Parts: sequence; C-alpha cells; structure tokens
Amino acid sequence: MAKWSMVIDLEKCVACQACSIACRFENNTPVVAPEQAEMGRAICWNDVFPLPISSTEETGEYPNVTTRYITRPCMHCENPPCTKVCPVGATFINEEGIVEQNYTRCIGCRFCTVACPYGVRYFNWFEPQWEAPLDEHLNPDRVEGRGVLEGPAVRPRGVVEKCTYCIHRLAKARARAGAEGREFRPDEYVPACVQTCTGKARFFGDLEDPNSAVSQLAKSTRAFRLLEEVGTHPKTIYLREG
Amino acid sequence: MKSTIYHPQNKNEDVILAPVRRVTFEERWLWAVLLGLMGLGAYAYLTQWNSGLGVTGLNRPVYWGVYITNFVFFIGLAHSGTFISAILRLAGAGWRKPLTRAAEAITLFSLPFGVGSILIDMGRPDRVLNIMFYGRFQSPLLWDITAVSLYLFSSIVFFYLSLLPDIALCRDRLTEVPEWQQKMYKILALGWTGRPEQFQRLERVLDGMAIFMTLLVVTVHTVVSWVFGMTVQPGWHTALIGPFFLVGAIFSGTAAVVIVLAILRRVYHMEDILPVSLFNSLRKLLIVFTVAWLYMMIAEFLTTSYGALADEMPVVWQKFTGDFAGLFWTMALTIFVLPMIIFLFLGKNHIGWMVTASVLINIGMWIERFVVIVPTETRPRFVSTLMEGMGNYQPTWVEGAITVSLFAGMVLLYVVFTRFFPIVPIWETAEAAETELPPAEPRRRVFGMRRNL
Repeated sequence: MAKWSMVIDLEKCVACQACSIACRFENNTPVVAPEQAEMGRAICWNDVFPLPISSTEETGEYPNVTTRYITRPCMHCENPPCTKVCPVGATFINEEGIVEQNYTRCIGCRFCTVACPYGVRYFNWFEPQWEAPLDEHLNPDRVEGRGVLEGPAVRPRGVVEKCTYCIHRLAKARARAGAEGREFRPDEYVPACVQTCTGKARFFGDLEDPNSAVSQLAKSTRAFRLLEEVGTHPKTIYLREG
Repeated sequence: MKSTIYHPQNKNEDVILAPVRRVTFEERWLWAVLLGLMGLGAYAYLTQWNSGLGVTGLNRPVYWGVYITNFVFFIGLAHSGTFISAILRLAGAGWRKPLTRAAEAITLFSLPFGVGSILIDMGRPDRVLNIMFYGRFQSPLLWDITAVSLYLFSSIVFFYLSLLPDIALCRDRLTEVPEWQQKMYKILALGWTGRPEQFQRLERVLDGMAIFMTLLVVTVHTVVSWVFGMTVQPGWHTALIGPFFLVGAIFSGTAAVVIVLAILRRVYHMEDILPVSLFNSLRKLLIVFTVAWLYMMIAEFLTTSYGALADEMPVVWQKFTGDFAGLFWTMALTIFVLPMIIFLFLGKNHIGWMVTASVLINIGMWIERFVVIVPTETRPRFVSTLMEGMGNYQPTWVEGAITVSLFAGMVLLYVVFTRFFPIVPIWETAEAAETELPPAEPRRRVFGMRRNL
C-alpha cells in the first residue's frame, strides 16, 4: 500500500502562487467577497504566505531585510489531530495516508478546524458561489460513493473542506490503469499543485517506495516538517532554504 | 375504595402555594416579554438557518465563539441544583432543604439551553442524527453528548422524585385551579398517598441518587472542558482545564441560586421560608469558591508564564495585555475582587449585597468562558504568526439575539414552573413527618454537621 507524500523545496519555491491557483480551479474552491476574506473567511486549500524567521524576531530593518515564504497544503499527518476529534467520522485517514473529508456526513461542528494546529481546514460559512463566467468552468470531477462525496464536488453550505492531495486524480489514474488492463503505477498520479509548480519545487510520490523522489528527498539534511514538536508526523515535508 | 392520603404538616403551606393559586397580571406581562425575546432569537436563528453561519462573527481561525461560550456557561449554571441538593444532601446539611427545588430547577431549565447552544452552533443542524448513526466514541464531542444527556435525564428523574409528594399535595389542595391542571397533577402524582413507607422509600432513592448525581457533577463539567483540553492547542491543552471548569461551574451555579432565591423571596413573599440565614450559609460556600477560583487562576497562569513556552505565551499575552485584556481584567474584578470585598465586609445578613455579588460573579463567569475559548483560537501555532489582521472576532447581532433569547427562555421556563408547582419543597420543610434517613446519622456524627441552622 502506498503512503502518499509531498516534498516542497523552499529553495526552489518563488512564491508565485501558481499552486494556489491550480488548486482552486482543480478543486472548485469557492471565491469569497473581499470583505469576507478580510474577516478571515477566504478558502484556500493551498495557501502561500510570508513566514517570519522566528516568532520572536522581526524580518529585519532596511536594508537588512529577509522575506521568506511558505506554501502550505494539508500536512496529511500520520497522527492527525483533526480525525481524532471528529464525532461522526466525516474526516478520516485512509490506508494510503490521505486525510479525507466526506461532505455528505460532516455536521459542521468545526471541532476538526479548532483541533488542526496548521489551520488547513476551511468552513463553508455561506453557500459557495461563483461569479460568471467562473461558474461555467467548474471541474466536473468528483469522488462519489455510497454516502460519500469528496474531492472537487461542489460543497454544500455548513461543512468543512480541505486539501485531499487531489484524491480524485488518484481515483482517475487507478480507473485508467484498470481500463487499460494494467497495474497502476504510483507515478501516474500527482496533485494539481505539483503538476503546475513553476519552479518544479514540489515533488509527490510514495513514501513507502525507497526509490521514489519523495523518499530520497525526505532523507535530505534539509528536510523538515512543520511543527514537528506537536507530534503529528506530517507527510508533507519541506526542504529548508540554503 | 379510596385509601387515606397523608400530607406532611407545614405551617408555611399557604405561602408556598400562593403563587400556584393565582397568577398575577404583571407576571403575564413578564411571560409576554420573555416570549417576545425568544421570538427575536427565533428570527435571528432563522436568518442563520437561511444564510449559513456566515451571519455570525465567526471566521478562520476563530471557529468557535459566543455559542460555545453559552454552551459551557449553561452547563455550568446547571451545576447549582445538583450541587445544592445532591452534595449537601450527602453532607447532611439540613439548611439546604428550603432551597433544593429552586436550585434543581435551575439545573433542569438551563441544561436544555446548553444542549441547544451546540445545535445552534452546528453548520448542518439538519444532520444532527449523524451523531447517532455514525457516532465515534473517540471524539470528546460524543463524550459530551453522552455525559450531558445522562445528566439531563438523571436530573429530571431526581427532580421529579422529590417533587412527587408536593404534586400529590397540589392534587388534593388546589381544587380551584382549571380542570386540565387538576388532571395534570393527578397524572403526575402517580397515585402518591404519602404513607410513611413511601416517604422512607423516597428518601432512600434520593440518597442513592444523590451519590450518583455527585459523581455526575464532577464528570459532566470535566468532560465539557475536555472538548478543549483534548486538542493540542496552546491554552487549552492543559490537565488543569477539567478541575478549573468544574470549580467555575459550581461557583456560577451557586451564585445563580442566590439570585433566584432572593427574587423568589421578594416576589412570592417567602421571607420566613427563605430566611437570611440561608444566604449566610451560601455566603460561606461562595467565599470558598471565590478563593478556589483564584487558586486555579494562579496555578494556571503562573505555570504557563513561568515556563513561557513559545507557543503558549502569545495566548497568555492576548489575555493579559492583548485584545482580550479588557475582558480578562473585568473578569478578575467581577469574579474575585468585588465579590470578595462584598462577601467579607458587606454580605453578612444583607441580601441586596449578596445578589449584587452573585450577578457580578455570573457576568464574570460568562466572560471567563469566553476568555478561555476565544484567545486560544486567535493565536494558534501556525496561522496567526503569518497573517496580518487575522484572529479577530466581533460577534454579530445574530449571536447577541440568540444569546439573549436563550437566557429569556430559561427564565420563562422557570417562572412558568413556579406558577404550576411549589418552588419550595413543602414535604421537605415540613415540621411533622420530617425524616432524615438513618445513613445520615453516622455521617453527621463523623463530620459534626448541624442539621438546622
């Protein structure tokens, strides 16, 4: 069984936000009005933002200033604090290590959103809306099963949503391999952000496979995980600059 | 064949039953006003139902706000009744008797609004049954639902049992009330005849239940706090949060009892039944709780600030000097400083001051719940260090209106109840047939409790 993982090389990342845009269109993330965004209600599964060098230190005084950016999808923790607290099992970690979110079961209690230390979970405060002509270009993909609705399927109001490592792409790649009557290869599946990354700073693959790019990069001395001290064991791994 | 029906002799029976016999004109106005406030809340909720939780001030990362504060506050308030009647029953404190029902009624009528607050806070209240279908007991929310519903159910049983002899009394004495009301008493009395063995059995059941209820008091509010404590968020993830919430709950509950008693005493002319000595006893309890609360505060904040972990300190500074400093210090003033001054120097034999202190305490306790919940969310480990202007929370009119309507609903249930059932237990305060159970005897010997003050 694969363990899907993403490696983000901050040395190569130029903070162009292409991953954010790709994610938005791939996953039908609703757009919110500017005043709503100002209230902190923007939905951005793959966020890009400046990172202070340390929480106690400013980013310097001119001319000695440093600007660092970080891009942040879901960490897909091995020990996710969000799935633990879900009262109905609407969010759970599957056997391939992806933390899923089932829109049809979620009751909107927002326990997972307060439990996640990374803030990767978003809530639909209103019915999602798209202005024309955006609404004509929604991604028709969806992962749907008995009582399950995930991926880019348009979310109803009042549920939580989050990055799924483009789980519908995995489903599609598997289906394609099946239709062609061959074994599915892990390199057939990448999330939209990885595919789009301008600086080729993102890598995706199977952490169980010792020869995969992510396994190799995870061994790098530059590799680190966000908030390692919290004990969540993220599978989204970063490579330090320099 | 009609068997003889016994009722305990109580010289204050007429005074206690007076509110049930006649509903005043002013009181109907009060009902109307309270209903109006509830209507306002219903309108606010309808707005929220139609447009989504976006009509509140909630956002990312402040996902929980006033509604969850209300939830914790109402459950805390509910601890008054059980504390007064169960724990003091076990302790053999006889002075509790006139106020047991008034206190238990607070439990009964605030619990539903605590549960309701959770439903109001849900993004998909239409899917509430998913908790039954797919409930995961690994989630502290399920612990909460289990604990609170068990508490509600047991409180209803406990309350109803101790009400039984008085319902029977109403059935036999209140012959002038409308027919449906007489019928109601008849059904609810379950054929109670008041024979000594019935009373004995009742006392035994109540004693047994009191033990169970005492355990529930401790577990319920601890479990409520674990909704926060089980996460890894700074400020919430502390082992102290359980005992801290418990102390706060009993504290605000007991203060609420003082307020209710003072109102009942004034409005229903129960000066003889609810004597000043009751308030003096409650004053002593409240002094203990005020000090206990301060102890918890110091234990919590000294540990956190002395250790000064990088993740924890932003939350602490939010409370001490940051966005919540105003609320935090108001809380310290209204929960500790002012009540302590009042209790020590002004409260003795003075009901007005006691009520002032109790109102202050309850305002402060609501603020305390808010200050425990929200500042942590505004300074999470990862989000806040990054985004300028994030981590603010400004409740909207919807949240305000719903909160007001919840309190109005609680008061409405309470006042309506006092008009249909005696709010002071007639059988427990009766002179004749006043039985204290044998198990209470050794307790009293051991602890040296006085039965009557």
